[in-house]
Formats: sequence, structure tokens, C-alpha cells
Amino acid sequence: MTDSPPRARARATRRRGSDRGFNRVFRWIAVGSGVLILAVLAAVALFLLWQAWPALTAGSDELATAVPRYPEDTSFVAYVGPLVFGTLLAAILALAIATPLAIGIALFISHYAPRRLSQVLGYLVDLLAAVPSVIYGLWGFFVLAPFVVPIWSWLNEYLGWFPLFAGEASPTGRVLATVAIVLAVMILPIITAVSREVFLQTPKLHEEAALALGATRWELVRTAVLPFGRSGIISAAMLGLGRALGETMAVLMILSPGFLYSFHILDSAQHQTIAAYIALDFPEASGLAVNTLIATGLVLFVITLAVNMGARAIVARRKEFSGAN
Amino acid sequence: MSATTAHPPTAESTERVRSMLTAAHPGRKRVDRTMTVLVWGAFALAMVPLISLLWTVTSNGIGRISMDFLTLSMRNIFGGDPTGGIYHAIMGTLIITGLATLISVPIGVLTAIYLVEYGRGALARSVTFFVDVMTGIPSIVAGLFAVALFTLILGPAARFGLIGAVALSVLMIPVVVRSCEEMLKLVPNELREAAYALGVPKWLTIVKVVLRTSVAGLTTGVLLAIARVIGETAPLLVAVGVTDSINTNPFEGRMMTLPVFAYRQYSQGLATCPGGESATCIPDIALQNAWGAALVLIVLVLLLNIIGRLVNRWFSPKLR
Amino acid sequence: MNLSRFTRAGSAVAVGVLALSLAACGSDPEPADTAAGDDTADSTETGSAEDMESLSGQLSGGGASSQEAAMNAWRAGFQQMNPDATVNYDPVGSGGGRTGFGDGSYAFAGSDAALDEEELAAAEAQCGPGGVIEFPGYVSPVAVAFNLEGVDSLNLQPETIASIFLGEITQWNDEAIAADNPDAELPDTAITVVHRSDESGTTENFEEYLYSVAPDIWTEEPSGVWPVEGQESAQGTSGVVGAAQAGEGTITYADASQIADLGTVAVGVGDEFVPYSAEAAAEVVAQSPRTEGTSEYVYTIDLERDIAGTYPIVLVSYSLACTTYADEETAGLVKGFLTYLASEEGQQAAADAAGSAPLSDTIRQAVMPGIESISAG
Repeated sequence: MTDSPPRARARATRRRGSDRGFNRVFRWIAVGSGVLILAVLAAVALFLLWQAWPALTAGSDELATAVPRYPEDTSFVAYVGPLVFGTLLAAILALAIATPLAIGIALFISHYAPRRLSQVLGYLVDLLAAVPSVIYGLWGFFVLAPFVVPIWSWLNEYLGWFPLFAGEASPTGRVLATVAIVLAVMILPIITAVSREVFLQTPKLHEEAALALGATRWELVRTAVLPFGRSGIISAAMLGLGRALGETMAVLMILSPGFLYSFHILDSAQHQTIAAYIALDFPEASGLAVNTLIATGLVLFVITLAVNMGARAIVARRKEFSGAN
Repeated sequence: MSATTAHPPTAESTERVRSMLTAAHPGRKRVDRTMTVLVWGAFALAMVPLISLLWTVTSNGIGRISMDFLTLSMRNIFGGDPTGGIYHAIMGTLIITGLATLISVPIGVLTAIYLVEYGRGALARSVTFFVDVMTGIPSIVAGLFAVALFTLILGPAARFGLIGAVALSVLMIPVVVRSCEEMLKLVPNELREAAYALGVPKWLTIVKVVLRTSVAGLTTGVLLAIARVIGETAPLLVAVGVTDSINTNPFEGRMMTLPVFAYRQYSQGLATCPGGESATCIPDIALQNAWGAALVLIVLVLLLNIIGRLVNRWFSPKLR
Repeated sequence: MNLSRFTRAGSAVAVGVLALSLAACGSDPEPADTAAGDDTADSTETGSAEDMESLSGQLSGGGASSQEAAMNAWRAGFQQMNPDATVNYDPVGSGGGRTGFGDGSYAFAGSDAALDEEELAAAEAQCGPGGVIEFPGYVSPVAVAFNLEGVDSLNLQPETIASIFLGEITQWNDEAIAADNPDAELPDTAITVVHRSDESGTTENFEEYLYSVAPDIWTEEPSGVWPVEGQESAQGTSGVVGAAQAGEGTITYADASQIADLGTVAVGVGDEFVPYSAEAAAEVVAQSPRTEGTSEYVYTIDLERDIAGTYPIVLVSYSLACTTYADEETAGLVKGFLTYLASEEGQQAAADAAGSAPLSDTIRQAVMPGIESISAG
């Protein structure tokens, strides 16, 4: 089952020999834009590689003199390690907070809220996606961080045995946990919007069949809506994760960064993400330091790719449940 | 492959549903009620940051909004001078984001069509691969790429709106492709088959059936993609530069955009007022400007959303 | 259904019209003291414009964001004298400014650090035979600021400052602090150091100060990034000031014009304590020697941090330009703009808007011949 049904369809169509006239033109337009995207994106990737190359091939002594933040006698891998860790930790935490919430909201809009209300509510959530990240940064800095300080210190005091809450809670609240919340709020609308559209497309027959068997609303959701939407939810979560991994401004403005492998998300000066790191040091960087920053960007690519491929593998395995076709 | 076999009610799943339905009644009701509360709760919880954000931006920004603020630029305005406005930034945002949308949406949607309706083999796989990689591009890299591309052709000093639009497109295209691909996949195959059975050519089926059926989803996808890039600062600073004057020509000269304006104003911090605070010199005017610009940006996106929904309603098939 | 389709279309059109009407009514603000219209705007009111031919065209530069506020004042002042000219400055950062100046992206640039050899070579290749002009156009005192209930100012010796920022002095009522401040009521509060999380010229300058006045305590080479790990940090001047205001017992370093209501440190220089001021900062720049062995129009300085009566922590940000440009228009604009920037009037405008320290006459006299020599060629 590697071919999706539409592709099988396309083959069938061709076999009937109807690929003539405007059909052919349209197909070439579609293929053309695919090729164009491939060209552009490959160009970006090549550009990145070209720019990152001097840093990747330079010795660690050379890098240590050119890049102020580069510790001496460290390989490039050891240098980006903490950044990769911080990036993944922030994104995973954000995803863990946002995904269940987003599914709940999407269900609320598609199956729970009164129909008249649901569209308006949908716009309200979409509005969150529209807020630029600079504003999330300002809000996180001025409003959220001071607000969560007592909550974080409470968690630290009473649930400190849990590895994530260990350490010493920061008095300013500008820590990874706060960043994760802001990232979660930022990706919430993306996951919600896609899941909502998927849930709304649940075949009426499936739903009616469940209702006819006497299912409650939750059972309807569990037996008809969620299995149908599973691959859509995963794709939605991956779109959100992409944004969380690459988010710059909000992290930059809120987090008090550090370069450690640490699970203490309530402690300041522990973590840093790749995107924020690049933006922090890029303005003052010149020469090899710029190449090094771009090389760290390349690492972000690799992470994103791995995450996406993982997601695609999951979706492919679950294909039999995605009842669209 | 026909519609009835694609989602077969296996013996196992039928059994599961039956056993579930014959389970103890009060328990089922309780679960249902709990989940209803949880779902409502999830929604209520999401409203908290939304309302807090909107309140923060509105209460801080509304005081700055006036006719002057919306229709003047910042040319020759500096320090604590409370006159001037963000007209240049509004126009810059509309033009650059508009251009980026014009570039990305046709390409993105057509590629999604290609992937869902035609794609197979190495080309489709490599498109998917690169789209996946590109969703993680750090935004400043997109800016650097666009600058490198244009300066290669036009010499080192080239900085204008179109470069920014290209940079934003690089960020936008993957989002458009990924979300539209998902929406096109949702169109039931029965609809396509019905159209073919009536002798409708494939291209017409795609335009009239597939696209029209999924128009709501496509609109959502495009709006998400616009929202993704309309708030960008770093790539625009590198690719377009900044200006205080009005420039509506995206092919020549620097432009200002709302997020860049808001960020730069926030970064400037307090102004020095030699004679103390007065009507002509307000120390924290830059921060007020930043909040004002943020409010305008949010309203702009809200308007955009409303227009999108209107278009969407207009085109989507009337099912009920 | 048809009807509703029309109303929908109608409302879409209405929104569009609204957007267009907004698009049609914007304008650049007119100078308050001149009459409207371009033909009357080459005025006699703006004093120094009288003896100068009015310039026109677009000039673009970029670089250090520390100069942004001052640059806004200079651009506005210059544009008021030359209403047909537009000067833009991209605050992309010092590194971006130096690189952009070297490859010809920017006609002029601002940088918190002087050009190094490699960059100077690139810039000279770009500028042609006349060479590069480099001078400290923007000098700003960096304040050591703290947030401590009931304390507005403190006297601190350089060694004490270094120990505090290293994290070795951890309480505000430490003896080293109390010894220099017999009158202050120092609470038993922990000291929270807040530093810049981004690489910055301000950080480098502050590090250079600590490295040169307290070399036994502060042993890290200055680099632009903060060497001490595990402390609070925030991005940009606005960030550190905001973080310092939010916490109790915080101490940070920031551009003196931005510290708002935070308390400030009078820094020990020799036997006395000098509070920050633009004048005392200007003095340290004026009295420090010019770097030796530079070419004619490159005026960089080696700051001396222990001259009595001067405020030793200053950010010296350089202005960069070429002596030769490819076209007449750019050469004229750069010449006019830098002339204004370096003039007493321009320096005062920056001082009023950004709290910077005006350029000394000695430096001005040294660089003016270079600026006057700018030509097309």
C-alpha cells in the first residue's frame, strides 16, 4: 500500500488514454510547479550547505578563535549538542501541551459546540495563529513570565522529585517551561485548524452508523471521528512541530539561555534553541562566525527532516485507518 | 479500488463497537459527560492566553491609534516625538505579504495537486522530501538566501520589497503545500469517480470537484501560511532593510513592515527628553508605537481572515 | 441563494474598498515649521542649509543597532535640510554592517568595533585609492544599574564590580560593598546578575573595562559574549533593563539612556567615584590616545580606563565611509550626511535624542578633512 488511491487513479486514467489536450496542459502545469518547488528548495539547501561548508571543514582551533561562544578543544558536534537538546526539549514540551488541547478544541468546534457558535469560535482560535511572534515575545516577557513565577516555584517545591521540576526555580520566570507554554500557544491554532478540517470531513455515514448503534457523543468521536482523523492529526502535529522547532523571536525574547544538557525546565540559564541562538549572535557575527551559525542552521534542517520522516512513517503505517478514500 | 472496500468494517471492529455498546450504561454516560467537560475545558483553557494576549495588545496599543498614526509615516520623526505614524509599515506589510502570497499560493496549491492527484515516483518523493526539510528552515536563512540570490544578479546594494517577498515565499511554500496536501487528500474518491463516470476530463474534475470541495480547507491552509509569515522580522530586516518614508514600489528601495517596525521600536527603548516629559517629548513613545503597530497588525490579519472566509463561503459547494 | 451570494460578494467588495481607501490617504508627515509642498521646502528656516546646496536622492547604510536612536536623529536632521534626500539605516548589527560595508552593500556603516585587518583590506578594495574613513561618531556611556529597594546610587570600586559580575560577591550587604557606602542601608538580598544573552558591543566594552581595571579578578579575554555561565540573561538593552526591573536585587550593565528608574553605580576611578554622565564619557574619549599606525582618515582610539575625573565605561561606536564613490550622487549624499553627523549640531541632536556624548573638537578637526575629501571617481 505505498501508492495512495488517487495515484492509482491517475494511472488508471492514463491507461484509458485520456491524457490529451487540456488534460495534458494541466498535468504539465502541476508537474511544473512541483519541479519549480524542487528547484527552489534544493537551491536553498545547496546555498545553506555552501555557506556552512567553511565552518564544517574548519578545525576546532580555528572555530574557537573566530566564534566567541565556541569553547576550545571542542568538536562541532559537541558544540551543537546542547543546542539540539534544547531545541528538541522545547519543541517536544510544546507539542505535549498543545496536541491534546488542540484535539479537544478541534472536537469542540466540529462536534460539541452549537453549530452557529462553532464557526465564530473557530475564527477566535485562528486568531492566535495570526499573532506575530514578536508580540508573543512581548507578551511572554511582560505578562506570562511574571505570572508563572509563583506556579513554577510551587511546582519546584512540592513536585521537585520529578526530574523536570528539579533544580532551583528562577525568580524571573524566564525559563524553558515558560517558553514551552508560549510555543504551545503559538502552535495550538495550527494543529487545531488542520484537525478541525479533518474532523469535519468525517464521512456522515460512519457517524450515523455509530449513532444508529446507540453510541454516546464521546463514543461517536472515539469510534468514527478519531480513527478517521488520526493521520490528519499527526500531520497537523508535525506542521506545529515544524513551527515550534524553527521559532525564533519568542524564544529569543523570553528565554534566559544557557548551554547545558539539563532537564531542569524551571531553572534559568540551562537551555537554548538553535533558531534563537542564530538570531542572537547573527547581528554581531562576521566571517567564519557567520558560517558557523549557518552550519547550526543546517543541523536544524537535519532535525526537522528526521522528525518529519518519523511522522510520515507513522502515518503510512496507520494508513488503513485514514478512511478518506 | 472502490469506496466500499477502502474502509472495511472488520469483524474485530464490529465486535469492539458491540461490546462497547452493551457495557454498563451508567459508566458510559459518565465517560461521555467527563469527556464533554474535558473538551469544553480544553476550549476554555485555550481562550485564556488568547484573551490575555488580545487584552495586553489592545489595552497597550489602543491609546496610540489615531488617524495620524494610521495615515502618516515616521519620516523625520525621532526621539520622544509623539507625532508620525505607521502608514509606511502598513503598506509595506500589505505589499510584501501580498506578493509573497501571490508567489506561494499558486505554486503551493498546484504542487499539492501534483502530489495528491498525479505524483508518483522519484520526483514526487523528492518534492515531499524537500518540502519536509524546508518546514524547519530558520527564518533568517531564508532572508540570507533571497539576498544572495538577488545580489548575485543585481549587485551588492540590492535591497527591495520583492527580495523580502521571495524570502517569505521560501518560508511559506512548505506550509501551503503541507496543509493543502492534507486537505486535498480528504476529498472522497467517490466524488472523483462520479465525475469521471460522467465523462468529465481529469483537469476539470480537479478544478470543479476536488478544489471546490476542499475550498474551505484550502482557505484555512493559505490563511495559516500567511499568518506564519506576516509576523516575520529577521529575514525582512536582512532582505528589505528599513525606512521611515513611504515606499509603495516593491521593485525599488527599502520598505518597512509592521513587525519589523514594532520590534525596532521596542528595541530602541526609552527616548531622552532633555526638558523632561512634555507634549512634544514622551520618553516611552517607542514602546507605545510598538504596541500600536502590533494592534494594527492583529486587526489586519483579522480582516484578512474575514475576507478569506467570505471568499470561501462564496466558492464552496452548497451542501445543505 | 443567489441573493445571499450577492450580499457576500458585496461585503467582500466593501472590505476591499475599505482597504483601498486606507491605501490612498497616507503621507509622509510635513515638517511642522515649513510650508507644505516640495517647491517651498528648501527653506531658509533650517539655518545651516543656506550655505549648502540642497541634496537629493537615496542613501543607504547599515550596521550597529546601538546607533539606531542617534541615527534617527541624524537622518531626520539631514532630511529636513535636504527634503529631496532620503537616508536609510538598516540596524542589522555591527557584524552585518562591517561585512556589508566591505562588499559594497552599504555606502556607509556603523559598527561597535573598529574594522580588523581583514575587514579593512576588504573595505579598502571596495573604497578605492582614497581609502576608508573611520571615526567614533557615537559615544555612549554604559551604566552599571541595579534594582534595590531604597537605594538609588552606590559607590563601587572596579574590583568589587568585577567580583559581583563574576558571582563571587553574592549578597548586597557584603563587606566590600558596605565599605565604600557607609551611608547606604544595604539589605540582606541576594545579588542576581543580568547580562546580555546576545553577542554585543556593549558587553565587549564592559568586559574590556573589567579586564583592564581588574585583571586579577576578571581573567577572561573580552569577546562580546558573556563568559560567566549560569546567570540570568536577556536579549538586547530593552531586555536586560526589563529583566532588571522585574527582579529584586538585580544588577546589570546597559546604555545609560535606557536604564529608566534603576539605581546606578558611581565607578571608582583612582581615588574618587565618578557617576555616569555624557560629559564624563566624552572626556574619556577625548583624553584617550588615537591608535597608532592607522591610515590618515582612520581615527580609532585606544581607551584608557583610569584617567581621573572621566567615566571609564563607554561604548565607542564607529562610523564608516569611503573617500571615493562610483557616482556623484552617492558621494555628495555621504559627504553631506557625514558632515552633519560629525558637526556640533548633529552631535548635539544625537545627545538630545539618545543621550550620547558629543564628539570632541580634536577628533572633529582630525576627521573633517577626510569627510571633505569624499568625491566621485
